[in-house]
Amino acid sequence: MAAPCVSCYAALSYRLFLGGRVSLSPNQGVWKAAAAELQTGTGSQILRLRHTTGVSTKKNVAALRRETYTVDFIKKQIEEFNIGKRHLANMMGEDPETFTQEDIDKAIAYLFPSGLFEKQARPIMKHPEQIFPKQRAIQWGEDGRPFHFLFYTGKQAYYSLMHEAYGKLLEVEKRQNKLQAKGLFSEKTKTKDLIDSRWLIKEELEEMLVEKLSDQDYAQFIRLLERLLTLHCGSEEEFVQRFRRSVTVQSKKQLIEPVQYDEQGMAFSTSKGKRKSAKAEAIVYGHGSGRIKVNGIDYLLYFPVTQDREQLMFPFHFLDRLGKHDTTCTVSGGGRSSQAGAIRLAVARALCSFVTEEEVEWMRQAGLLTADPRVKERKKPGQEGARRKFTWKKR
Amino acid sequence: MLRRMTKLLSGARQLDPGRFLHRGSPAPQSLDAHLDDQRPRAVSCTSEDDPARHGEQHAALHYHIPLQDLKTVFPQGLPPRFIMQVKTFNEACLMVRKPALELLHYLKNTNFAHPAVRYVLYGEKGTGKTLSLCHVVHFCAKQDWLILHIPDAHLWVKNCRGLLQSSYNKQRFDQPVEASMWLKNFKTANERFLSQIKVQEKYVWNKRESTEKGSPLGAVVEQGLTRVRNATDAVGIVLKELKNQSCLGAFRLLVAVDGVNALWGRTSLKREDKSLIAPEELALVCSLRKMVRNDWHGGAIVLTLSQTGSLFKPRRAYLPQELLGKEGFDALDPFIPILVSNYNPKEFESCIQYYLENKWLQHEKGPPT
Repeated sequence: MAAPCVSCYAALSYRLFLGGRVSLSPNQGVWKAAAAELQTGTGSQILRLRHTTGVSTKKNVAALRRETYTVDFIKKQIEEFNIGKRHLANMMGEDPETFTQEDIDKAIAYLFPSGLFEKQARPIMKHPEQIFPKQRAIQWGEDGRPFHFLFYTGKQAYYSLMHEAYGKLLEVEKRQNKLQAKGLFSEKTKTKDLIDSRWLIKEELEEMLVEKLSDQDYAQFIRLLERLLTLHCGSEEEFVQRFRRSVTVQSKKQLIEPVQYDEQGMAFSTSKGKRKSAKAEAIVYGHGSGRIKVNGIDYLLYFPVTQDREQLMFPFHFLDRLGKHDTTCTVSGGGRSSQAGAIRLAVARALCSFVTEEEVEWMRQAGLLTADPRVKERKKPGQEGARRKFTWKKR
Repeated sequence: MLRRMTKLLSGARQLDPGRFLHRGSPAPQSLDAHLDDQRPRAVSCTSEDDPARHGEQHAALHYHIPLQDLKTVFPQGLPPRFIMQVKTFNEACLMVRKPALELLHYLKNTNFAHPAVRYVLYGEKGTGKTLSLCHVVHFCAKQDWLILHIPDAHLWVKNCRGLLQSSYNKQRFDQPVEASMWLKNFKTANERFLSQIKVQEKYVWNKRESTEKGSPLGAVVEQGLTRVRNATDAVGIVLKELKNQSCLGAFRLLVAVDGVNALWGRTSLKREDKSLIAPEELALVCSLRKMVRNDWHGGAIVLTLSQTGSLFKPRRAYLPQELLGKEGFDALDPFIPILVSNYNPKEFESCIQYYLENKWLQHEKGPPT
């Protein structure tokens, strides 16, 4: 994706880009290897235009490293994006003031329907910040002196962050020592619950700092932040929170069917399950003697193989309720083993309504409530099957 | 998480030693705990070994068959898994169940002057029809009846090699291998009758051999065993003679056929020109069909339907109408149907108790025995 492949676009639409990162030079012809001020945290930098030779002459290897976008260019893109957003809102008949990114996505999917499987190849319209990669400013002035005092470490952003964090740590320790000396130190443990958030992963941190990190650097940084957390500081919370992302608790997503009651007052619960191409629906009654009927036939006769019957019994066995529930199921499609798997999923989901939340979480961790995503792999041309190749003949 | 999973699996409740049902998953450690328990255990064996004296009080209990009896009474006819179990435990224990008790009651009260009554044991797969039949056969053997036991009629209509054209009737086919095997087992089961019963006609086998009138039945059997080509005819003769002579009252005849629906189903045997053979064209099947007709008296006919070996019948078929077809049903009509169902809770516990006593049920985490 270097200089020679700058293709001339006859009519470039600035508002619409193909998904993913743009890595082509926007203007036709001449390189503009100027810096873009996109780094967070640092103050405004002076732009410096650096003219390199044209495309047709010798390639400048240093400039091949990354295409850079000027700040003006990015600003222009943002303006055009906003105008385009308003145009789009008008087109769709919505209010331009309250047109969110989700609305934009829906509108683009409507106007440009695409049957491509790769989601990143479909047309998207997003804010230029998300499309153009973040780039670092030129780190030195006209006289060649670098702006940042840690420039010569090679990883200035990382080391400045570590410096800042360590500075805060020392500050907090000093404060606590002073309080302890005065005797006003109280063991307040009012740290926020950290269960639903996680640390940034290395890739996310790299993206934030616009700098390559090594694994050891990343580990060191996380260790420092953990140490900061153990000191129970209330003031540095927001600093630490910048480096945490929330994680949705999986079990809360579990949909639990409500228990229904039939004419005799017997509690029952219905739910569905599927596996490969078998679809099943199960009705589990609250009280019973452990009979299971599949398509009107007793499960002993419908599934002559022990393995299938074990699969049916496993949800009850796991919850220790083997002889307590009656079940009626209907199943269609698939083969013997996938029908058994589909019924097992349906029964496990139906049982959720008779069982405590803790046990639902245990079932989820045991894998009883997850639909098996495996399907038959497609056969490829040039091979006999999905993986099997034709017999190799030496000659 | 793993600790929690196993905690759920093994449960917190104690296993009640006497009753294993309705307790969810039994904790593996307490499988053998019953051995040390003072509470009265469920009993699984009875000491009453004579089937004639079995009654309601022996229901769901196991009784012993002496191994010597096993060799004489059952040279054939026991299911292979049961034979494996006998070999493992070194004893043959059969459970006394309601259908068998019912049959024994009827047999004890048969009127030998009336035509032979046909009893048909039917039921779903794996419920115990063959073993009930074996129980009845044992009873009759103890009562000194002549046992005509065909272990599996399906073996005569499929996978037969060496089909010969019958010399007796040109349209029919002989099966020398099956016939000679059956004759051998018949001889082992009914040694003492073979010398008592005399044939009533002269049978000419070929130019050089013939059996005179008045010679013992054993001679016919010997002929069939030595000359394998005539084995099928020998079987036919034996059946005819026994049928005719049971009316005279010298002995009681029990005809026990397992898988009788094979006689009226389809065969998987083909002629040389690859056309299918109907069961009517097999000599053995013909003679057997004549045997289960109720035009003789002095005995009883006990039959079993079986889907397991049957050809071209759906797996879930078990009713007489489904398995016999119209032709078979009409041929067997009227008969007394006896349903054999799965174990009820009491029988189930008795069976588990029997296995525990023989230390058959083991768990890798249980105490070593």
